[in-house]
Amino acid sequence: MIKIFKTSKNVIINIDEYFNTVELGILNFKEGVNNYLEGNLTEFENNLKIIEVLEGKADSIIRKIENDLYIYSLIPNYASEVLNLLEKVDDIIDKVKNNLSQFDVERPFIPEEIKIDFSRLLNISVKSAENVIPAARVFFTDQNLVKDRIQKVIFYERETDKLATNIKRKVFKEMPHLKLSEKIHLRYFTLHVEEVSDAAEVVAKMLSSLVIKTRM
Amino acid sequence: MFLFFLTSGLFLGWSLGANDAANIFGSAVGTKMVKFSSAVIIASVFVVLGAVLQGYGASQTLGDLGSINAIGGAFTVALCAGLTVFWMTKLQLPVSTSQGIIGAIIGWNFYSGNPTDLAVLSKIIGTWVAGPILGGIFAIVLYLLLKYFLDKRRIHLLKLDAYLKYGLLIVGAFGAYSLGANNVSNVVGVFIPSLPEINLNFGFFSLNSIQLLFLVGGTSIALGIITYSKRVMMTVGNNLMKLSAEAALVVVLSHSLVLFVFSSTTLSNLFQSVGLPGIMLVPVSSSQAIVGAIVGIGLLKGGRGIQFGVLGKISLGWIATPIIAGLTTFVSLFFMNNVFKMVVVQNENNVISHKINEVITHPQTNTSVNLYQPLLFLIIIVLIAVIVVMLVKSIRKSAQTKEDASSERLFKYESQEKILNTELQKVNSENAKLEKQIEFKRKEQMVIALSIIQKNQFLEKLKIKIDKIISKPEVKAEELITLKRLIIDNLSIDKEREKFNFYVNELNADFYLRLVNRFPDLSENEQRLAALIRLNLSSKEIASILNISTKSVEVNRHRLRKKIRLKREENLTEIISKL
Repeated sequence: MIKIFKTSKNVIINIDEYFNTVELGILNFKEGVNNYLEGNLTEFENNLKIIEVLEGKADSIIRKIENDLYIYSLIPNYASEVLNLLEKVDDIIDKVKNNLSQFDVERPFIPEEIKIDFSRLLNISVKSAENVIPAARVFFTDQNLVKDRIQKVIFYERETDKLATNIKRKVFKEMPHLKLSEKIHLRYFTLHVEEVSDAAEVVAKMLSSLVIKTRM
Repeated sequence: MFLFFLTSGLFLGWSLGANDAANIFGSAVGTKMVKFSSAVIIASVFVVLGAVLQGYGASQTLGDLGSINAIGGAFTVALCAGLTVFWMTKLQLPVSTSQGIIGAIIGWNFYSGNPTDLAVLSKIIGTWVAGPILGGIFAIVLYLLLKYFLDKRRIHLLKLDAYLKYGLLIVGAFGAYSLGANNVSNVVGVFIPSLPEINLNFGFFSLNSIQLLFLVGGTSIALGIITYSKRVMMTVGNNLMKLSAEAALVVVLSHSLVLFVFSSTTLSNLFQSVGLPGIMLVPVSSSQAIVGAIVGIGLLKGGRGIQFGVLGKISLGWIATPIIAGLTTFVSLFFMNNVFKMVVVQNENNVISHKINEVITHPQTNTSVNLYQPLLFLIIIVLIAVIVVMLVKSIRKSAQTKEDASSERLFKYESQEKILNTELQKVNSENAKLEKQIEFKRKEQMVIALSIIQKNQFLEKLKIKIDKIISKPEVKAEELITLKRLIIDNLSIDKEREKFNFYVNELNADFYLRLVNRFPDLSENEQRLAALIRLNLSSKEIASILNISTKSVEVNRHRLRKKIRLKREENLTEIISKL
């Protein structure tokens, strides 16, 4: 009971650091894929290394937070929900790391005709993830603002879906010079980039239900 | 004898502690915001303090309603009230000791023929109605204030949690104090008229007989809290409506304020001093104040969360408790009086003459006990010291245990990660070592194959040359024929070839397995041929290694193609190397 303020302060710092780490991971993913599209492979590999370190760091922070929440019974009513939320945020950084490493392993061939579309898809998908982190941050301090941020996430997620469908249509219908294997490969990578915004949407939905639950 | 009769009051106190502590700390403990041990310590200490320091106010009104002048009557009244409360709790009906005791007193009034002061009774009933309403109003105002404050301040969820934990403890302490102050008169109030005059002097403060009685009553409530409140605390709290920690804080604070208002003589005097009517100091029901506060919050939220079935049960309890307590008391007094011959009512004249006699025989009515002063002093100091030491120790111990557990878990995770990493590295280095060995053997195999081929080629040449020499007429053929035989023998028996075969078999063990699995009807020679084809050797080289003619190798290759059903355009070497 006596140490509760000190522990709370530590957990608050850890949560902030955790969100910073995930945000950095998302930015690195965006930069990494852009580097890949431009053919800057050395820079791309550097991004991959950074994202791997960030993912490991996020995992260790979440473990610390989980530990403190359970051992010191902080926010006992919402501890499991908050941890679940952090885990879902962790899914975003896991996803961006996996996607970038898939770019590294499979080295997909992205034709010049769709490079601009692919880059737009990446930017919009990442925007959705970029907006969900401030929403999650603000959940802890001012829950009235969460709704506004969530709206943006949902909007960008829908835009991502539309753009991804357009790219897939273009690849399969307007690019006969590509082999079927190349088309399927491109479809998978479109899907991988799309998954980032899907993960952000999951967090957004969870946040909106949590706001209802924690409201006085 | 007085102490024996007091036991019924103490039983009532015990059941009050067991039930009503849940009103104060139920939500906090149920939601794990406050530990049960902390809740029990705080509730017990403050309930006793409230009883001793501020318990007198509400007891006067009970006296006005009906002054029970015989100890036997007081015993019966407290016992019946206690049993009614106990029985109704068993039936899971929300019950109030205040209503129980008032019903019991009216029952005694009926039995003794003592007139019930209807003005006082109507005021008491008025406070029963006013208590929950006031609780609701307090709750609404406090809830709105807290919400406004929290919206303005934007406190971090975790910081808010810490504030709420301390808030619940402080408000709980205030609640326990108010509970002791307001409800102790329910427990022992009926014994005041029969109380012997004792004054305990502790040097720096003294306790008169009423305060002592309240101390005992408060202690019985504390005992109820310590021994029986856990189960009630765990189940109560969310019965009527699900409460958040913030709402729980507001509810407990409103409840405490209601209890405090109806027991504070200072507040009542303050009202009177500004020309307002004084507050009726009546023991009100703690459960009803809580219900009022919860309903207040429920109404503020639109009334959807309130379980009206539970509310109906509570209303039933309001009416049923005083009636049942009154009836039970009436019947019990009859039995006590007629069966056990106990004096439950004293004639007013008898009482007055008894008091006059007492004054004549014992001119000094106030017995001052100074004998135990040093002893009590010592005991209290020792007890306080022990409690403080135990508290400090337990706090330190729990903090240490938590820290240890936390660091132990982290250490465990880290060491597990390290072990896994080392294992991974070990497996990787072993794999690399094995790869190297395989590579070395493969090279060695190729070297052997080449040396066999070269040697056989050399022997073939030698054989041809000897043939040529034999064909010449001037040369003695016999010795040369022997030499040729020797060469032919050497071509077929070759130790290096055996070694090579051994290597081929060993290195291609899994290849043979895959080959046999896919094409089970291949002979051993065909399997060996496939292995040599896999090494990318030409038919001539294979012929040299197997010591057969190139043509035979070609024929064997053809047979192999047929057996594995290859099409004309398919390459045998490619298919075999892909296996």
